[in-house]
Amino acid sequence: MFELLGIPPQALFGQLLLGLINGSFYAILSLGLAVIFGLLNIINFTHGAQYMLGAFVTWMLLNYLGVNYWWSLLIAPVAVGITGVILERLFIRRLYHLDHLYGLLLTFGLALITTGIFKQIFGVSGLPYQAPPLLSGGHNLGFMYLPNSRAWVIIASAVVCLATWFVIEKTKLGAYLRAATENPTLVGAFGVNVPLMITLTYGFGVALAGFAGVLAAPIYAINPVMGENLIIVVFAVVVIGGMGSILGSIVTGFGLGLIEGLTRVFYPEGSAVVIFVIMALVLLVKPAGLFGRTA
Amino acid sequence: MTATTEATGGPVVAQQTAGGMPVHHIAIFAGLLALLIAAPFFFYPIFIMKILCFALFACAFNLLLGYGGLLSFGHAAYFGMASYVCAHAAKVWGLTPELAIICGTLVAGVLGFLIGSLAIRRQGIYFAMITLAFAQMVYFFSLQAEFTGGEDGIQAVPRGHLFGLIDLRSQESLYFLVLAIAFAGILLIYRIIHSPFGQVLKAIRENEPRAISLGYRVNRYKLAVFVLSATLAGLAGATKAIVFQLASLTDVYWTMSGEVVLMTLLGGMGTVFGPIVGAAVIVTMQNYLATFGAWVTIIQGLIFVVSVMLFREGIVGVISKWTRKPL
Repeated sequence: MFELLGIPPQALFGQLLLGLINGSFYAILSLGLAVIFGLLNIINFTHGAQYMLGAFVTWMLLNYLGVNYWWSLLIAPVAVGITGVILERLFIRRLYHLDHLYGLLLTFGLALITTGIFKQIFGVSGLPYQAPPLLSGGHNLGFMYLPNSRAWVIIASAVVCLATWFVIEKTKLGAYLRAATENPTLVGAFGVNVPLMITLTYGFGVALAGFAGVLAAPIYAINPVMGENLIIVVFAVVVIGGMGSILGSIVTGFGLGLIEGLTRVFYPEGSAVVIFVIMALVLLVKPAGLFGRTA
Repeated sequence: MTATTEATGGPVVAQQTAGGMPVHHIAIFAGLLALLIAAPFFFYPIFIMKILCFALFACAFNLLLGYGGLLSFGHAAYFGMASYVCAHAAKVWGLTPELAIICGTLVAGVLGFLIGSLAIRRQGIYFAMITLAFAQMVYFFSLQAEFTGGEDGIQAVPRGHLFGLIDLRSQESLYFLVLAIAFAGILLIYRIIHSPFGQVLKAIRENEPRAISLGYRVNRYKLAVFVLSATLAGLAGATKAIVFQLASLTDVYWTMSGEVVLMTLLGGMGTVFGPIVGAAVIVTMQNYLATFGAWVTIIQGLIFVVSVMLFREGIVGVISKWTRKPL
């Protein structure tokens, strides 16, 4: 086989695959943040904790109720989404008339509580999740070995991202949503129940985080702090992409995952910070973000 | 003269007389100083020194949030990096403590300038996300860099001799040094808030387009207050490194950034004395709950939620409202 700049192709493609998987999570999570931000104008700091919650719900469904992975893909996001709806009704709703900072501080507090409770119950060492039989094993593609579980994450995340894009940009429901983002008062005047729409939108954004958690369950260790550092990277992804465009969030998420993977091949020490460096460059060149609209 | 900004849930805004400090502020500062001079006879001095360091940290943060209206979620970067540099200067370079603290503080200022000049290009929640992301970058740097000692941190930092003369291994000398640093820092912040510069900052916080139309170069003011805040946060972090003889990853992690936000929010954003009260409450709470593990996180989260939902003026903000005096 050929070698590229002295890097064996297995290592190169292996890291690119890992990068693409990280990118899948960046894409789903930043998409959820963008959907929530669009309508609610808050940054959902609880997003990382809700991703963690999705993974734990999946684990609990299997170990307490014997529900398999495929059903969890449906049940866990809905369950996490419902907790989001409750949070929105109880707390977030009361802050819309205030400075956006308070939404950030509130959701930060909620994230601390959620993470703290799970730390108290499960400790910080990870729980293993037995991948379903269909996802164990893999295919040899000639130039690299592709484990099924990883291929599945990329496919599932791409499908969910594109479906979300389709619903928001191409359907009537999405049109209401986009209209309410532009002018909620006017949309309300046409008889649309805007407060309900806001609640459901938050629930949907949170469900996306929960879905990412389900995808993470078989490939990462499930522990209470799994979302904490991830969400900060996702914030950087959001700053780079700008939250103005749904497709922009998806492209930026996958793209940055790939760049991170490449960095791990050519300059491993830099892989933890490469996204932050890109963020600095983007702020210098195009402060509104690659796909952002200037506010 | 007092006017409250009810609509935004903001702090009590006061008109300052040209003559300088109002009498009740002088009285509070004097009372606080007397209390702190007496405190080491009644409490464990290291505990009070910890409160003093965090009070200065929170006041520095409040300068940016409460008066500049800029929510930084990455102040741990300046606090922690200053702590590392100070510890390194004292231990490896063998500098005297005052020089080591100055080194740490200056590095925090430079870091503040670098991050601040990028972060002020965006506003509102983007600003918070950007500062958080850069602070995480500083954390990863601290994790990997040689001089920080990675997971171990820099341990057994020598306290040394102040100006090469006064032995800081004596608890009393150290205590009064820390008291002097924290008090001087807080008075400096007070001076900044009530200077013409501080008035312009408040104008920018209240109405940025208007400040621009009045001819103020808003971004310069924002960057200046960002650098000042980072530098003073660095002063607090560097002093903490000498007190605890330790610089570790905890000081540079995002949880530390969250804690300083919590102290300021609980005490009262945009009040002079709020962050001091907030720091005292949170440090005391951590001290008593240290053995309860994750409960500290849960309770901090609960305080965040309660403060945001019901108590946005903070402790001192509420007192200020009752007494109708800006505090």
